[in-house]
Amino acid sequence: MQQTKYCKLVNKYKPQEERLFNMAKAFLIGGVLGIIGHSLWQLYCVVLAMGEKEAAIVTTITLIFIASLLTGLGFFDSWVKFARAGLIIPITGFAHAMTSTALEHKQEGFVTGIGSNIFKLSGSVILYGVLSAYVFGLIRLLIFGG
Amino acid sequence: MTYLYAFLFAGAVCLIGQVILDNTKLTPGHVTSLFVIVGAFLDIFNIYDKFVLWAGGGALVPITSFGHLLIHGALDKAQEYGIMGLAMGMFDLTASGITAAIIIAFFITLIFKPKN
Repeated sequence: MQQTKYCKLVNKYKPQEERLFNMAKAFLIGGVLGIIGHSLWQLYCVVLAMGEKEAAIVTTITLIFIASLLTGLGFFDSWVKFARAGLIIPITGFAHAMTSTALEHKQEGFVTGIGSNIFKLSGSVILYGVLSAYVFGLIRLLIFGG
Repeated sequence: MTYLYAFLFAGAVCLIGQVILDNTKLTPGHVTSLFVIVGAFLDIFNIYDKFVLWAGGGALVPITSFGHLLIHGALDKAQEYGIMGLAMGMFDLTASGITAAIIIAFFITLIFKPKN
C-alpha cells in the first residue's frame, strides 16, 4: 500500500521537476548563446571595422560554422539532447539539422544521399519562412503600404 | 546593458520553445517552423525590429530572426518593384546565411564520418 502511494507521489512530481529543469537549461543555454551572438557582433563591428549589417551576417556564419563543425566532430548530438530548445531554437539548430541529416545519409551517395537529405529537417523552416514572409509581406504592402 | 537584454531575450525565446516541446506532441521541426512564422508575423507591425534594437545580437541568434530577415528583404525590394519585388527580394538578407550553411554542411559532411 505504502509502496503504491509512494510510486504515485513520485510520478506526480517527477515530470514537473524535470520540466522545470528543462526550462532552466533552455533559458540559460539560449541566453548564453544570445550573449555570444551579441559579443561576436560587437567584436566584428569594432575590431574588424565592419558595418552593422556585414557584422551581423558574419556573426550568423560564425555560429553556423561552429555548430556544423561540432556536429561533424560528433559532440553536438549529445549537447542537443541535453540542452533541447536551448540549442535547437538558435541558428545552431538549423546548422545542426542540415549537417546531421547529410552525414547520416552520406553512404547513399552524393545525389540520393547528401543532396536529397541535406534539407530533410531544415527544409520546413525555409518553406514556412518563405510562405509566411510572402503572405505577411503582402498584407503589410497592401494595408500599410510597405 | 544590451548584453543583459541579449541574454534575457534569447533565453526567453528558448524557454518558450522548451515549454512548447515539453507540453505538446510537437517535434523540434514543428517548433522551429512555428518560430520562423512568428518572427515574420511580428514584423507586420515592426515589433521584431524593436527587439533587435533592444537586444542586439541576442535577437539575431534565435531562428525567429530568419523570418524577420525574410520579410524585410521582401519588403525592401517591394518598395521599388511592387508586388513582384516580394519574390525578388525574399532571400536578399538571408542568402548569405543559407549559402554559408549549405557550403559548410557539405564540406563538413565530406570530411567527417557519421558516428555509427
